[in-house]
Amino acid sequence: MEFLRKYLDKVKPNFEPGGKLHMFHSVFDGFETFLFVPNKTSKRGVHIHDAIDSKRTMSMVVIALIPCLLFGMYNTGYQHYLAVGQDPGFWMTFWYGLLAVLPIVIVSYVVGLGIEFVVAQIKGHEIQEGFLVSGILIPLIVPIDTPLWMIALATAFSVIFAKEVFGGTGYNIWNVALIARAFLFFAYPSKMSGESIWVRTGTTFGIGEGQVVDSFSGATPLGQIGSSPVSVEVTNTMGDPLSYWDMFLGLIPGSIGETSTLCILLGAIILLVTGVANWRTMLSVFIGGAVTVLMFNAIGTTPAMQVSVMEQLLLGGFAFGAVFMATDPVTSPRTQTGKYVFGFLIGFFAICVRVLNPGYPEGMMLAILFMNSFAPLIDHYVVEANVKRRLKRVAINSKGGNNE
Amino acid sequence: MAQLIKVKKGLDINLKGKPQEITKNSIPSEYYTVCPDDYTGFVPKVAVKEGDKVLAGTPVFFDKNRPDIKVVAPFSGEIAAVNRGEKRRLLSVVIKADPSNNYEDFGRKDVKSLSPETVKVALAEAGILALIRQRPYDIIASPEDSPRDIFVPGFYSAPLAPDLEYILKGQESDFQAGLDALARITDGDVYLGIRPDAKSAALKNAKGVKIVEFSGPHPAGNAGVQINHIKPVNKGEIVWTVNPQDVIVIGRFFNKGIVDLKRLVSLVGSEVNEDARAYYLMVSGAAIKRLVQGNVTEHIDLRYISGNVLTGTRIPADGFLHAYDNQITVIPEGDETHEFAGWISLGFDKFSVSKTYPAFIIEPLTKKEYTIDARIKGGRRAMIMSNEWDKVFPMDILPEFLIRAIIAFDIDKMENLGIYEVAPEDFALCEFVDTSKMELQAIVRQGLDLLYKEMS
Repeated sequence: MEFLRKYLDKVKPNFEPGGKLHMFHSVFDGFETFLFVPNKTSKRGVHIHDAIDSKRTMSMVVIALIPCLLFGMYNTGYQHYLAVGQDPGFWMTFWYGLLAVLPIVIVSYVVGLGIEFVVAQIKGHEIQEGFLVSGILIPLIVPIDTPLWMIALATAFSVIFAKEVFGGTGYNIWNVALIARAFLFFAYPSKMSGESIWVRTGTTFGIGEGQVVDSFSGATPLGQIGSSPVSVEVTNTMGDPLSYWDMFLGLIPGSIGETSTLCILLGAIILLVTGVANWRTMLSVFIGGAVTVLMFNAIGTTPAMQVSVMEQLLLGGFAFGAVFMATDPVTSPRTQTGKYVFGFLIGFFAICVRVLNPGYPEGMMLAILFMNSFAPLIDHYVVEANVKRRLKRVAINSKGGNNE
Repeated sequence: MAQLIKVKKGLDINLKGKPQEITKNSIPSEYYTVCPDDYTGFVPKVAVKEGDKVLAGTPVFFDKNRPDIKVVAPFSGEIAAVNRGEKRRLLSVVIKADPSNNYEDFGRKDVKSLSPETVKVALAEAGILALIRQRPYDIIASPEDSPRDIFVPGFYSAPLAPDLEYILKGQESDFQAGLDALARITDGDVYLGIRPDAKSAALKNAKGVKIVEFSGPHPAGNAGVQINHIKPVNKGEIVWTVNPQDVIVIGRFFNKGIVDLKRLVSLVGSEVNEDARAYYLMVSGAAIKRLVQGNVTEHIDLRYISGNVLTGTRIPADGFLHAYDNQITVIPEGDETHEFAGWISLGFDKFSVSKTYPAFIIEPLTKKEYTIDARIKGGRRAMIMSNEWDKVFPMDILPEFLIRAIIAFDIDKMENLGIYEVAPEDFALCEFVDTSKMELQAIVRQGLDLLYKEMS
């Protein structure tokens, strides 16, 4: 890597104050620190530092998302060829999905990072890594047939209005990727729900031509549950019933990256082993969800109330939200106790929305965003408890005096 | 049976370069430097001028606001320089040392017969009170105060810290006399926090003090942690803390009637040659030039630290041993290192608490000693990760919320969240582990200074 270092050292003066490319110094700095760990040494305070930095932390999340991304690509192809009644083999199926998903990933990153670069330049900051994660989350939580211009618009909206106006990475109140999703959901409701958007039936870059078979129905399992007046057995797009195993593996229609609980589990293991995500949040989302489903099971007056715990937790974005969205450290409570409460209530509200509101078959997005708003409040009560304990200590001391 | 407190949170950073238990001869220093910045909460006014002759124990500067508080010359000689910076701010006073140390005579005293006031006055008079610090604010103690209790940590837990039991050998009677003196000062108790496996009789059988045992990783040896576990500081209370090696100085002062700032200092760190990693008898303020010459790695940039890697003061190669410090640490500066793609590298030789590096498996299994340089290893960010600090902050305080209150300078919140209990050193490990690379110790110091100004 010597030559790279030498090259960087050679061009670096251009980007320093007075250099002719100074206007791009944030971008240069971003690339330089991406290639090499900064060699800046501590000026005051501790003389040594832990080797971790936010780049590495964020990279771990991206790595944890890669199983979901790859599976999402394959599943996109799989659902397509299932719909047109063909079986072109594994690689062709994956290739179709890759071609379909990659443009979304590219649009999300180009738009989001572009805005980050500009903002960093204006503020004279270093480029912050937060969007590395948001940029991959956004493609994974949208339906495959979302038009690219909508992705671009939603990404721009969320990066600017959900993050930069608050001060950038670390200051946002709501999860940036979910804001993009919510923007799409509320701004273009007709394009974001229904049966036609979850499976790409048309061609992608000219491949995958075929006639949709007659028995095809593009509704997601949650869509089927939400819209049915009587209790239903959920099916795949061909009308064949789905087993728990199918739901776990995830070859079912849904947002690109959310369908495979197996891949989400792999991601969760990476996040938990590296300690990047907090297990407390994850666990309590699942507990909250499960408890709520059991509660509704006990009432059981509508078909949606009768859906089993396993089905609710395996279907839709529940697991994906619990593992990758609820654990965002910036938008969840900062205290350990708070994380339990936060996670539990996300699980609770997500299931409530699913079961009680027939208009919204999926409640995870709304539940997380809703609880994001309450994270500071939850923290407030945890902190108050600490303060009260300390004040009590004073009271005891002044009563007891020094005669212990 | 002493009370045992198990400190669970914290971190022992296993650094390369631990000292051997031998005391080596150190070449006497030519110059001794006294630096007012070592003494926080102190506005220095110089008491000497260039060319003045001083003895060990002669005041060189005193506090403008509290003239009773003095800092004295550690060694006899002639004032060689009074260095000032911008706006005539006093930077340091340099003494050209006599061939041997001559002491100002304060007269021997039997501490047990003295009143609290006389003990305090005597210590203030001899400049030794400047070695005692108070909580709140972590500033030097004032003779007008009657501390609720006095806390003496009975071991050092910081990375590469010297072994107090080794230091205490032969100093037992002075250590006990020091504890006796402290016990005279307070109406409350003197607490000595020792390791459960302490062998030194001076610690285990110390008289007139309450002994509390602390097990667990650093910062178990920090005064702040021990206070928080034994008897926390509440608003309006004042406690004093004394570094155990300075207790010996206090004892010596009463036993011999002189200010003898001799101390055993360990020369440690990965860049100190193996046979030079040992203890040296030095006097505070001594130049380290002759100590490190020929004893450290050549041809790379080095960082010399008076104190430990977490809380010490960065000094040049010809710098000096600062007050309160018991070790000189030498580590690589690291500014010549360009590490490729650190965000994804496996990093087998990297130390990290985060499990994104394999250190969390390697270190416990192999007891690997790490060489860590002075690089920050990342860009400064806003607070992103949560609960990182909690894991190395063993007090009943929420560090993140306290830091936020300090940054916002919200006095009510700071008080409620425990500002009066903490010193910057308590946040050193938080600063080490922080993914966002925030300068927490500086934030806390600034907050304490502002609050002190606001409250006085």
